[in-house]
Amino acid sequence: MKAFAQLYSSIDETNSTNEKVAALTEYFRTAPPADAAWAVHFLSGRRPKRLVGSRKLAAWASQEADVPQWLFEESYQSVGDLAETITLILPDTGSSSELPLSQWVDRLLGLRGEDDDVQREVMIDSWRELDRRERFVWNKLITGDFRVGASHRLLIRALAELSGVEEGVIAHRLMGAWEPTAEFFARLLAPDTQDADVSRPYPFFLAFPLEEGPESLGDFADWMVEWKWDGIRAQLIRRAGQTFLWSRGEELLSGRFPEVEELGALLPPGTVLDGELLPWVEGAPLPFAQLQRRIGRKNLGRKILEEVPAAIVVYDLLEERGEDIRTRPLSERRTRLAALLEPVASAGRLILSPAIPAESWEGVARARQTARAAGAEGIMLKRRTSAYGVGRRRGDWWKWKIDPLTVDAVLIYAQAGSGKRAGLFTDYTFGIWEGDHLVPFAKAYSGLTDQEIRKVDQFIRRNTLEKFGPVRTVKPELVFELHFEGIQPSTRHKSGVAVRFPRMARWRKDKKAEEADTIERVRSLLTKCPTTSA
Amino acid sequence: MPLLTLTDRGLYCEPGDFYVDPWEPVDRAVITHAHGDHASWGSQAYLTSESGVGVLRARLEPNARIRGVPYSESVSLNGVTISLHPAGHILGSSQVRLVHRGEIWVVSGDYKTDPDPTCTSFEPVRCHTFVTESTFGLPIYRWPRQEDVFAEINGWWRSNAAVGKTSMLYGYTLGKAQRLLAGLDPSIGPILTHGAVERMTAAYREAGVPLPPTRYAGTAERRIEARGAIVIAPPHASGSSWTRRFGAQSTAFASGWMLVRGARRRRALDRGFALSDHVDWPGLLATIQATGAGEVWVTHGFTGPVVRWLTEHGVHARVVQTRFEGERDDEVSEGLEEVTAGPRGSGAADLEGELTG
Repeated sequence: MKAFAQLYSSIDETNSTNEKVAALTEYFRTAPPADAAWAVHFLSGRRPKRLVGSRKLAAWASQEADVPQWLFEESYQSVGDLAETITLILPDTGSSSELPLSQWVDRLLGLRGEDDDVQREVMIDSWRELDRRERFVWNKLITGDFRVGASHRLLIRALAELSGVEEGVIAHRLMGAWEPTAEFFARLLAPDTQDADVSRPYPFFLAFPLEEGPESLGDFADWMVEWKWDGIRAQLIRRAGQTFLWSRGEELLSGRFPEVEELGALLPPGTVLDGELLPWVEGAPLPFAQLQRRIGRKNLGRKILEEVPAAIVVYDLLEERGEDIRTRPLSERRTRLAALLEPVASAGRLILSPAIPAESWEGVARARQTARAAGAEGIMLKRRTSAYGVGRRRGDWWKWKIDPLTVDAVLIYAQAGSGKRAGLFTDYTFGIWEGDHLVPFAKAYSGLTDQEIRKVDQFIRRNTLEKFGPVRTVKPELVFELHFEGIQPSTRHKSGVAVRFPRMARWRKDKKAEEADTIERVRSLLTKCPTTSA
Repeated sequence: MPLLTLTDRGLYCEPGDFYVDPWEPVDRAVITHAHGDHASWGSQAYLTSESGVGVLRARLEPNARIRGVPYSESVSLNGVTISLHPAGHILGSSQVRLVHRGEIWVVSGDYKTDPDPTCTSFEPVRCHTFVTESTFGLPIYRWPRQEDVFAEINGWWRSNAAVGKTSMLYGYTLGKAQRLLAGLDPSIGPILTHGAVERMTAAYREAGVPLPPTRYAGTAERRIEARGAIVIAPPHASGSSWTRRFGAQSTAFASGWMLVRGARRRRALDRGFALSDHVDWPGLLATIQATGAGEVWVTHGFTGPVVRWLTEHGVHARVVQTRFEGERDDEVSEGLEEVTAGPRGSGAADLEGELTG
């Protein structure tokens, strides 16, 4: 645990990517392979499920620290992170652990299904064995909240540097399902790249946001234009008689989209498609909010499947008849994709993402204006000669989103954030005018600079009208320009509307609260978006 | 009636007709220490500890009327006996002990119980009523051993120096900066200071506090050869154009708040060192017990939790809303401190009601 905690601190204590990669490489060079495998598992964002409830952890830590429960909670409010609160509140015993990470993970997994007394004993013994730094990492693993300040890309870079294997190959080997074992770690770094796993998806290639007009991209004829769909990015894989549906978050979506999965059987063996899962009715998408109704459900009843049927709108072909064709030019992949989908088009759920017919950049700009009506969130621009790359790269694929909808709203409630924003009021609720009072309209957490956050935080502290638990009612004075992607009627919101992706675009210091927008103006935005079809 | 009452100018002693750490100009002010939230401008006359006169003068108007008394020596004012006792917070910091008709009150100001080579160590004082700060009044705040923290700081500096980087170490200009200086290992490399730090360091040297040699990293030079050096600067200098002259650098902040990871991460600095000039949770509880006070007034910090904890343990305690701020966790306020420390009004004009006794 000591070495892994040290790695965690080294990464946490620098903002330099080179130093982070150096720390990772050094750890993987020296760690026992079984430890290294678990480190890769955790660092790539795979987290163990929480095996012990936070309430129990808090209670046991309070007892061990001889602190009353309410005081533990006050401390937690201030720290904003359970694992860290426990770490700080427990007495230091002066011991630390040389036991390898893999054995600590065994101890962690051993908690599953044990009764409270056993779990309590294991936790308290662990806390006593570890120093502060180790205790923090251990608590983070226990609470299922382990995150580290190194991106997936840095992890891949470090493993590639260590093994001499190309980054793309490492990235691919880290996709899909694998068990963190010493054998896995050996395979991960193996120079021989002829390894096979029928379920494994390819790393997704991601578009870069286009900041200025598309003219900067050069000759229009070199580019393919498509809609940017607002759904769930996914790969549909058909290999060896089995079908796998993966989300971009590398989650296997088995059973979640049965009507899409069953389409796998229509595809020839050795096929990997890249596309977007969308709620699809009569040749057009429903708003994303409808898809969200399905995402949260464990059991998909007949009703929801009928109301919100899903389709996959496909825009790329990554593997054909077992051959990885990602390096072939897009135009060729697209032709092959169209040919592949043609015989199955009649199923109506496996749809070739249409190319938008435009003859110039002006035409593209015009099409973008109609994106919202088409149920899309913008335009994709892909270079016809481009390969299917790995990760987010500048140059060949661009997304040109539609301008967001905007509303000026007044800050009315605030709540402290957590993690990096613990102890600072960073989570805001905004109101709009309905007659002479403000109705809550949207919550937003992002968009301000750190300096603005501190200023707003100070304003909130000095202008709190009431406190309800962690929520403060604030003197309605500050106006913010909110941006959002879509708007829907809603019976669950006081304002009667729900918005998608609200964020703060600007602090309108030039506006007074009375000048913020009204409910009437917000309702008028509803007509700009396609509404829910019954 | 209580010996002290809270007014909108500060804590007022009616029988003695003076204030302790007033935030508005008054006739007579007894000052616990020279930080901006405790020592404000414009009062007619000040009383502070003898060792604190120099730093207080550096913070007030040049002709402010300041009287210094040695620790533990009594001064009588309108029948109230005042004596000052070391608070261990910064150079010259005191607890103010007031005695009137057998009632003993102690105002802690800011204090820490850990030893500090740049000031006299804290001594608990027995009293009936204790007015305490509570900046770090939560059980998560338990300071690591300061030897370990200084070993970390020097280790960080050493490894930066080895790769030709400048170490930018941010800490409050008065007190923290000098405590840092005293704990640095000057054999690692040169020590540079920001102007605001240099001014206060000079006041410490004049008071006879031994500190390693420092060089003022002035504003004139565009680029300073600072490879391997450590630069001590106030938090608000972090990220300013002033820092660019030092070339490749690693950044760190020394403050009690740095014990909590989120507080460090939101500053986007490389390192945070948990070094505080305030009392931690165990120190706070031990001190309150050592005073023997039956009544405790809790000021600036985590007042609510501290009062509740004391009440549950049989001590009469209440929250007193002062304008003291303790150690701040944000640059905005630190910036404000520089502003509010500036002259207010015309300064000390006609002196009347000077401290006597």
